Amino acid sequence: MHKLLIHDVTLRDGSHAIGHQLSAAQVAAYAAAADKAGVPIIEVGHGNGLGASSLQVGESLLPDMEMITVARKNISRSKLGIFIIPGFATINKDLKPAVEAGADVVRVASHCTEADITERHISYAREKGKDVYGVLMMSHMAPKETLAEEALKMESYGAQGVILMDSAGAYLQNDVSEKVSALVRALTIPVGFHAHNNLGLAVANSVAAAEAGATIIDGSARGFGAGAGNTPIELLIGVFEKMGFATGVELYKILDASDIAEKELMKVLPFPKPTSIVSGLAGVFSGFSKHVERVALEYKVDPRDIFFELGRRRVVGGQEDLIVEVAIELSRKKELK
Amino acid sequence: MSKKLKTAILGSGLIGTDLMIKIMRSPYLECTLFVGRNLQSKGMAKALSLGVKISDQSIDAIVKDPSCCDLVFDATSAKGHAVHAPILEKLGKLAIDLTPAQVGAMCVPGVNLKDCRGLKNVNMVTCGGQASIPLAYVVGQVHKDVEYIEVVSTISSRSAGPATRANLDEYIETTENGLKHFSGAARTKAILVLNPAQPCINMQTTVRATVAKPDMEALIPRVKEMVGIIQKYVPGYNLVVAPTLENNRIIMMVRVQGLGDYLPSYAGNLDIINCAAIAMAEEYAKNA
Repeated sequence: MHKLLIHDVTLRDGSHAIGHQLSAAQVAAYAAAADKAGVPIIEVGHGNGLGASSLQVGESLLPDMEMITVARKNISRSKLGIFIIPGFATINKDLKPAVEAGADVVRVASHCTEADITERHISYAREKGKDVYGVLMMSHMAPKETLAEEALKMESYGAQGVILMDSAGAYLQNDVSEKVSALVRALTIPVGFHAHNNLGLAVANSVAAAEAGATIIDGSARGFGAGAGNTPIELLIGVFEKMGFATGVELYKILDASDIAEKELMKVLPFPKPTSIVSGLAGVFSGFSKHVERVALEYKVDPRDIFFELGRRRVVGGQEDLIVEVAIELSRKKELK
Repeated sequence: MSKKLKTAILGSGLIGTDLMIKIMRSPYLECTLFVGRNLQSKGMAKALSLGVKISDQSIDAIVKDPSCCDLVFDATSAKGHAVHAPILEKLGKLAIDLTPAQVGAMCVPGVNLKDCRGLKNVNMVTCGGQASIPLAYVVGQVHKDVEYIEVVSTISSRSAGPATRANLDEYIETTENGLKHFSGAARTKAILVLNPAQPCINMQTTVRATVAKPDMEALIPRVKEMVGIIQKYVPGYNLVVAPTLENNRIIMMVRVQGLGDYLPSYAGNLDIINCAAIAMAEEYAKNA
């Protein structure tokens, strides 16, 4: 059994669940607890990454740089991670100040077929001596050959690992095995997997990824994340321990950290509710869920119809504006009936 | 025919090639030189097939033969135009910059075409800027205190060439500056999303604004009027969601279908910046 690098996205992806309203006290409390548990990497920032605070995807309560500063103060063992999507974040406005504020690990993400937009950001972070990973989002939308090609581009830019994200929670275990093994065969650098729980398969898919050769696995406390949430990190640690994969994370302490997360960060526990199940089936980014629910109420249309229509249009992350357009269209059709 | 303004194009990529085809159709302009760095490129082949003179000597082609043109369209890169701008100035050439180099004053024909006539170097901002700034400008004209303007443009992956992809940061910075300049908003934000869906999607741009007191009654007719002005030089520019209040902020959306000159019609992003550049060049030609 190989060693796994556990990447904690509670303080980044989790933010989607509460409309990006994490406070400094919440960041401090969870960062300290995860650090104590020996979590290797703690990622912070707006749910869509640095610089993404906007009307389009939601404005954050705490500016990214303050989040980084607060987390930095509360971490001694863990590395501090950040996430950026070119098109939202820029080097000058976001990456440079984050690196100066003490980020150790930089993940640069793009939609799964658009890796070349990450070149400058990956190279910049490597030049600054950071640990740098490429991320292919919405990876259920491309076949394994395309994913391998795109991941190879990221490797050529200097990425030290590539993570496949199941941003819509649309994967079944076979998809995970097939796509992760394709990347493991194609790359000389580590491969990672980031699951969403829309179809209730986050833990199972993470296990499938590890068995297929992935060495980086993402999780968040209690699955804190958009809609149905992510993979509960405390479950991952338990399951991997039972399977014999070493993670270096202490079981009791990560269980404690997850209790702290539930108490301090979360309003409701994530669960695959109907809209999340539909989002997974439609292959639409889980981060859309809060926006879809709000807009569906406002225009009096069925949120499930919105998700299926968005899926039909093959929308990608960052296209949240289409929710309003689709809702207006659906409500007009309803009036005509 | 001899009265047409002689123009050269620097940059033989997607933008430059599409621009050439549009110039060939203009009653006011002619393309006298198409300049790149590689004679084997697809753009060069297209120029040859259209009978346009080509060169692989970059800016030197114009330096060596200054009489070849009166106006130069620069469709290279932000770094490229920073080098080319002083050379063109010295040669006394008008320059229309399609890169996000931010050397000359920003030109958005629907807003300030006539004010740009006297300038020697104008910058066409960005594709998202051309689609959104006129709308942001109207928001600023109707409302005194614009707190924030945010623009999201989604374009088809196929329509974004290597230079566009390498220059996302400059795209964001230039678009944000343009929005601020023309709307008077205190804060601005630009986001660009690439979508690989097949069949390719048309360019779509959403403008959101936060203002102290939204005046939708005044805003809606002014936006529709502006859309009419833009349609005169960008025929495929359409308002798909008229200004509406959602979650207490103004939101409106436009979709841009291209003319289908060099790339298929989904490349509205190439089309709109090129149509804007042609509108500016024709304005120079009419007043020459």
